Amino acid sequence: MSTRVFGEPIRRLEDPRLLKGKALFVDDVDFPDLLHVAFVRSSFAHGKIRSVDVDAARARDGVVAVMTAEDLGDYWSPGPLLVPPPPIKDIEFNNRTQVPLAKGKVRHVGEPVAIIVAESRYLAEDARDDVFVDIEPLDPAVDLEASAAADAPKVHDDLASNVAARVRQDKGDYEKAKAAAAHVVSGRFFYDHGASAPMENRGIVARWDDRSDRLTVWDTTQAPIPLRSGLAGLLGLAEAQVRVVAPFIGGGFGPKIMMFYPDEVLIPWLALKLGRPVKWIEDREESFFSTTQERSQIHHAEMAIDEEGRILGVKDHFLHDTGAYAPYGLTVPINSQCTLLGCYRVPAYSSSFEAIYTNLPIVTPFRGAGRQHGVFVMERLLDLAAAKLGIDPVGIRRRNVLTPEEFPHKHGLIYQDFTELEYDSGNYPEALEKAATEIGFATFRSNEQPQMRADGRLVGIGLVTYVEGTGIGPYEGARVTLESDGTVNVATGVGTQGQGHFTSFAQVVAEQLGVEVAKVRVTTGDTDQFHWGTGTFASRGAVVAGNACHAAALEVRRKILDLASQQFEAAVEDLELLDGEVRVKGVPDRAMTLGELAVLANPMRGAVIPGTEPGLESSRYFGPDRGTTASGVHAMIVEVDPATFEVEIKRYVVVHDCGIVINPLILEGQIVGGVAQGIGNAFYEKLAFDEDGQLLNASFMDYLLPTSTDVPKIESHHIETPSPLNPLGVKGAGEAGAIPVGALFAQAIEDALRPLVPDLTIAEIPLSPDRLFELVHGTGSDENSGGGSQ
Amino acid sequence: MNGRARRGSAESRHLLSDFLRHELGLTGTHVGCEHGVCGACTVLINGEAVRSCLVFAVQCEGAEVTTVEGLAAEDGELHPLQEAFQAAHALQCGFCTPGFLMSLLPFLEERRDSGALTDDEIRDALGGNLCRCTGYQNIVEAVRLAHTKMSGGAGNSAGNSVGTSTGNSAGTCAAEGA
Repeated sequence: MSTRVFGEPIRRLEDPRLLKGKALFVDDVDFPDLLHVAFVRSSFAHGKIRSVDVDAARARDGVVAVMTAEDLGDYWSPGPLLVPPPPIKDIEFNNRTQVPLAKGKVRHVGEPVAIIVAESRYLAEDARDDVFVDIEPLDPAVDLEASAAADAPKVHDDLASNVAARVRQDKGDYEKAKAAAAHVVSGRFFYDHGASAPMENRGIVARWDDRSDRLTVWDTTQAPIPLRSGLAGLLGLAEAQVRVVAPFIGGGFGPKIMMFYPDEVLIPWLALKLGRPVKWIEDREESFFSTTQERSQIHHAEMAIDEEGRILGVKDHFLHDTGAYAPYGLTVPINSQCTLLGCYRVPAYSSSFEAIYTNLPIVTPFRGAGRQHGVFVMERLLDLAAAKLGIDPVGIRRRNVLTPEEFPHKHGLIYQDFTELEYDSGNYPEALEKAATEIGFATFRSNEQPQMRADGRLVGIGLVTYVEGTGIGPYEGARVTLESDGTVNVATGVGTQGQGHFTSFAQVVAEQLGVEVAKVRVTTGDTDQFHWGTGTFASRGAVVAGNACHAAALEVRRKILDLASQQFEAAVEDLELLDGEVRVKGVPDRAMTLGELAVLANPMRGAVIPGTEPGLESSRYFGPDRGTTASGVHAMIVEVDPATFEVEIKRYVVVHDCGIVINPLILEGQIVGGVAQGIGNAFYEKLAFDEDGQLLNASFMDYLLPTSTDVPKIESHHIETPSPLNPLGVKGAGEAGAIPVGALFAQAIEDALRPLVPDLTIAEIPLSPDRLFELVHGTGSDENSGGGSQ
Repeated sequence: MNGRARRGSAESRHLLSDFLRHELGLTGTHVGCEHGVCGACTVLINGEAVRSCLVFAVQCEGAEVTTVEGLAAEDGELHPLQEAFQAAHALQCGFCTPGFLMSLLPFLEERRDSGALTDDEIRDALGGNLCRCTGYQNIVEAVRLAHTKMSGGAGNSAGNSVGTSTGNSAGTCAAEGA
């Protein structure tokens, strides 16, 4: 048989357990003496806590403990700053992080005020009604622009204003570029992202075991290892006494990497204090407050172009809503700032932003992590420029995309991974032409669209590009062990939330060891199995952990060949690894199974050669210099119903380049799933806060996730430009699908509506049928619109 | 319960979903929203797909209930629908999957003898279940594949160009450690 498995569309090894309902998720962890938790949460966005009366709750049968901030004593402290600000000149950052339970003041609806522990979740929720929280409401900072004003209510009283950060990055001389420009286009752009809404809510179970003197925590986290280190520090335990298990996780998409959530601080502490295991599982309503989300930015941006539509420079200033606290630092707005440059040659760039504290839930990365916002601004500016010059969306992009000869391309900015933003490789013109051809851009514009318009139909076409910085450091590791039955064990520190790591990592290792992929058993997210690493975020699993698996597999391969060379008294060059055996090439009877070799590698007494390590095993690490840049082009054809303004996606084409592909089946799933989330962001999902900071749609009845009838068939195509930054040549793919969809909706719908409003500019996301009606008929507020040219 | 009589006690207010998961230990049924929208908790009650978060356990006394644990054969062989989900890569995190499977079973049984299913029919049948990972496309393929298998027919073979089996599809992953 052939053992070529890398790059093949291999069915996922983890599926049978998931399909049979046998995979372990956090809420499946159970113990006979398990206690259950419910939180009492603030119903005000901003207020002074006068008192919290928990006496009646404590007196209720079945209630074991009720705690407020005061009851935590010295254990109460604000959470850590996960990502400090990058080393950008003159950066201002006013660090305020979340607290375990609100003390003195509440800063967003849903902020926890008290925690109830009871014999069952039903009883804990009963007791919630017994707690009386007396809050004096204060004016909240909700609207982003109003919150940025000097006279806004202050989220943090000890700060001078609600400004969490001020950051400016420049490249070239924008003003000079503008002076030389033939045209300048500009606009105010509003982009709002939403709730990540994984189908599994967050949850945590903690159990202290007196006999082993150890704490075990099962958590829906994307970062089990940092959680373990942090918990050990908080609880005064040695790291070796803490085991964090991130078992199967029902989707993450970013917010599950935030830490420490109040529950993550409190539940392990309570398990130690009460001497019984404790569980908290978030419910869907509270997930809209107790899990972080992504929200809005407001950009004022302009682009200077020459006569031919070449970009001379871009200037942008934006406000970023960071919510009540900023534990994740500036990752989201820095991503927006850097990703705005996209696939293009931009000689001058002047970009500044202010991150603003508001009385709304905390903002941290959600799939795309601010990249959408930047891509939206850039693509809209290009569309304005194209309109100004009378060229089409493909033409303006053709003139500005970087060519393969221009790589590596330095942008002269500092990226979220603290290194200089430098694109490693790509083939943007090929992707652009392929997408334009696949969607049939030219013929649609010349033939189909005019005919359909003549029939009174509102049809439009769009095409946008994007980049995605992926696979950032610092590092991940993996241990590969060949066992005596021929099984290969792989352990890595990253957690998994559905990305297919059990299969793709197995492919990487099987390729080097010449075994069936089903012989490779992958463990992720268990700190007892592997305790070095950071986590699953920034589309880095395949790049960073994948290359660590590759490095460890190569080392085990070397050990196998060395040992076999001694056994067979043959040169390493004359050996081959195939079908789970090591063989002397061309001599079929001189072969041993890898299992037999593993037994020999574990010497009995008398057979040890001093200095040798036992086993066919290796732990290796991979830490890239910098992130690798994936890219792509999306195109679509839409039809808008002139009566209802419902939008139907007639075709959706993706051309994507994430370097060398490990498993096309899994990659395709990542891309299509990302597009579906992008469609939700562009047209269905909107966190509707009122002026008091109350979320009006905190349920799946009202916060609309796209369903099977909303997401069309996605036609996806791939080109492979290897990354020079890692041995496998891979780039990340996790977030790409979701990034350009908002920009594409705006462009295509604008095109469709042109017969009704020839000069319509859509400068906001999300859209909806109601909002399109308002934009066309001008009866609604247009405060979030306003692109134009000068 | 999956062909066997099971006994347990439930307060009148206990949801069927909680009773299945925490009293009977059938944790394959997942809870995604507890307000009847996402469909992750779907089970069969007397052959009909029902959201177990909208049913009290006591309402099911004497009923025939099937959960995802009842789908595969005793020897572990996957049901054709489960097999199709793996072949088409119709699951990623897998949390919503049991609900999809249970919603689809009555649909596929009902349509067993009908001709090829259209995309629209399949998408309508999936409309009551939310998936946040896949974008539904591969689930549509899986349903088509399962329909072909369950009808015992060739002839309707669209969507077969998926996943390469590795010979041994038994789960070899490990993520837990309870």
